[in-house]
Amino acid sequence: MDIFAKLEILTDAAKYDVACTSSGVDRPAQKGKLGSTVKAGICHSFAADGRCISLLKVLMSNDCAYDCTYCVNRRGNESPRATFTPQELCELTMQFYRRNYIEGLFLSSAVVKNPDYTCELMLAAVKMLRERWGFWGYVHIKAIPGASPRLTEQLGLYADRMSVNIELPSQQSLKRLAPQKSKEKILTPMRQIRDGIAQNSREIVKYKAAPRFVPAGQSTQMIIGASPESDRQILLLTEGLYKKYSLKRVFFSAYMPVVADRALPALNTPPPLLREHRLYQADWLLRFYGFQAGEILDDQNPDFNPLLDPKCNWAVNHMEHFPLEVNTAPYEMLLRVPGIGVKSAMRIRTARRQCRLDFDGLKKLGVVLKRARYFILCGGKSISPLPMDSPAVIAGAISDRGLGQRKADPPEQLSLFAPSKEDGVKCLTGQI
Amino acid sequence: MSDRSNLVYRYDGSYQGFLCCVAECFADKGLPAAVQTLDEPQATLFPIKAVDTCPELAKRVERSLGEKISPQVQDMVRRGFLTCMEEKELRLIRFILLGYKHGPKVTGLGVHDDVHAIDKALLYLKNEAHYHVEFLRFADCGGFLAAKITPNNWVLPLIVSHFCQRFNCENFLIFDKTHGMGFVYQGKDGQSRGEFFYADAVDLPEPDQDEERYQKLWRLFYDTIAVEGRINPRLRRGNMPMRYWVNMTEFQRQDPGLRRP
Repeated sequence: MDIFAKLEILTDAAKYDVACTSSGVDRPAQKGKLGSTVKAGICHSFAADGRCISLLKVLMSNDCAYDCTYCVNRRGNESPRATFTPQELCELTMQFYRRNYIEGLFLSSAVVKNPDYTCELMLAAVKMLRERWGFWGYVHIKAIPGASPRLTEQLGLYADRMSVNIELPSQQSLKRLAPQKSKEKILTPMRQIRDGIAQNSREIVKYKAAPRFVPAGQSTQMIIGASPESDRQILLLTEGLYKKYSLKRVFFSAYMPVVADRALPALNTPPPLLREHRLYQADWLLRFYGFQAGEILDDQNPDFNPLLDPKCNWAVNHMEHFPLEVNTAPYEMLLRVPGIGVKSAMRIRTARRQCRLDFDGLKKLGVVLKRARYFILCGGKSISPLPMDSPAVIAGAISDRGLGQRKADPPEQLSLFAPSKEDGVKCLTGQI
Repeated sequence: MSDRSNLVYRYDGSYQGFLCCVAECFADKGLPAAVQTLDEPQATLFPIKAVDTCPELAKRVERSLGEKISPQVQDMVRRGFLTCMEEKELRLIRFILLGYKHGPKVTGLGVHDDVHAIDKALLYLKNEAHYHVEFLRFADCGGFLAAKITPNNWVLPLIVSHFCQRFNCENFLIFDKTHGMGFVYQGKDGQSRGEFFYADAVDLPEPDQDEERYQKLWRLFYDTIAVEGRINPRLRRGNMPMRYWVNMTEFQRQDPGLRRP
């Protein structure tokens, strides 16, 4: 099989993986080696779906021994199979990298024969890339659940970031859709990588030359919409992962129906993109805004409001905290005002030390008042054009895309004997 | 300093030349009506004053920016000269005068017309430089890598250090077609030498078979990685403005039929 066919098959199989970031580690260039990494990461292109292409995202192989229902590469699915040789993979990475197409390599794999064998294949490739070809750019490796800890550890020494896919948000779904995987199997390597990073950060203090283990941290991803979990469950799980496993990122991937199966949504189901978007918004609230998952969604409202982003939703449901005096409010509360982000909140905090802020001053600082004006006071004054005692009115005014998104039924003429769907069928088949 | 004069300065377009214009303002005790480069056609009836470039004088002005105002202002002027701001020379001169008046806090006067314009232009410069770090594409021309860019600002001086470090073991050339300026770097054979040059055009050899092969592979990867169910041209245009597409390998195709919408 020639390299073109292989690249097409193995890219096609890898494209549903979401994590394509090249961030988390600053590694200056080294004389004689190709590449460097930048802490903020660099995107090198954007695909037709608008997602960034930062890394050469491919599978080592798509010849899978497992039969996970949601996956394109499952054993039962008939599709062309291919496996890269380490040589081919190194050549592609190096040649793409030196033309400034990519920031590095993202290497995942289907389980070939067994997890250990797969890991050894990947290890051979990255070892060759780093040692023989002198590649100094970014490498992201997917750990294979169920592989021996020794192999995972070795992979971690060559990788910048590692990730273990948690795949589905609950154990029941995992049992139903991915019978060969289990929560325990997935969490073991995650725990091992976490401990490895912690140990490495201690070693690096003592010995400058200690080899770095996964310096850019670990991430994970899960599929949204293939199983029946509520948004609240997903968010609680996310929070748990950040706290317990000190992950850098949790990615969400809206489920694309690629295979027909009774246990899965029908093939023509549109991917839940808005839900994915809301989850990412909530994820930001957890990481940068000091929210708890339990605050964002509660038992009464286990799912996101499609019309309001999670922060606005929290604010209109907690009007007792507002309006907020900008000049005296604590920083943590400023962050909770819809429309005020981390940057604006920090600017307010520095500016109000110098002088009292008014609304003109806020505008000069670059604070956008479109939504914030309903929730703040400057020197005791408000510029809200609406009465602030009714949360529903404010919710309507700040809702994301107005009511246009709520698809109303098309208007129709009322009739006493409206034809039903069956009538339409009977009409066609001639049955009375 | 009054701006009653209707004098037009003409200088050689270099940074040193510009600094001499600044010194000239002090000698004349007045701001000029406009500052032009010598390349521009002379389209004014105002009296003209040709400002000669004198390296020692330029050095003196630059040192004074750092000492009398602040190193930050010195850096802002230097980068401001690389932008494509309208009337950049005049704006920068006014900014410098403002700096001598207010001292280091001039950078915080974001509400002042000139400072605001310069802040905006610098942000544009920074963003464009970053876009070029992302979207610049090299092609292997047999022994060296070559890239062509068409930026609005003079981004080349800002991006070369990134590429010199990253590709320290390669020979490469970046040519800025808009400004007729290029940069060559020699990193093979253990040396590391880079220098800027000026040229109207650079002729590059046609890509050979190997280069064609990798370009095709990259286009294949680019087309395959997009998920059909999520095609979103607006998002792509937002993240990667179409202005940069002309120089990018993934959009340079012989057969337009292959291009996905």
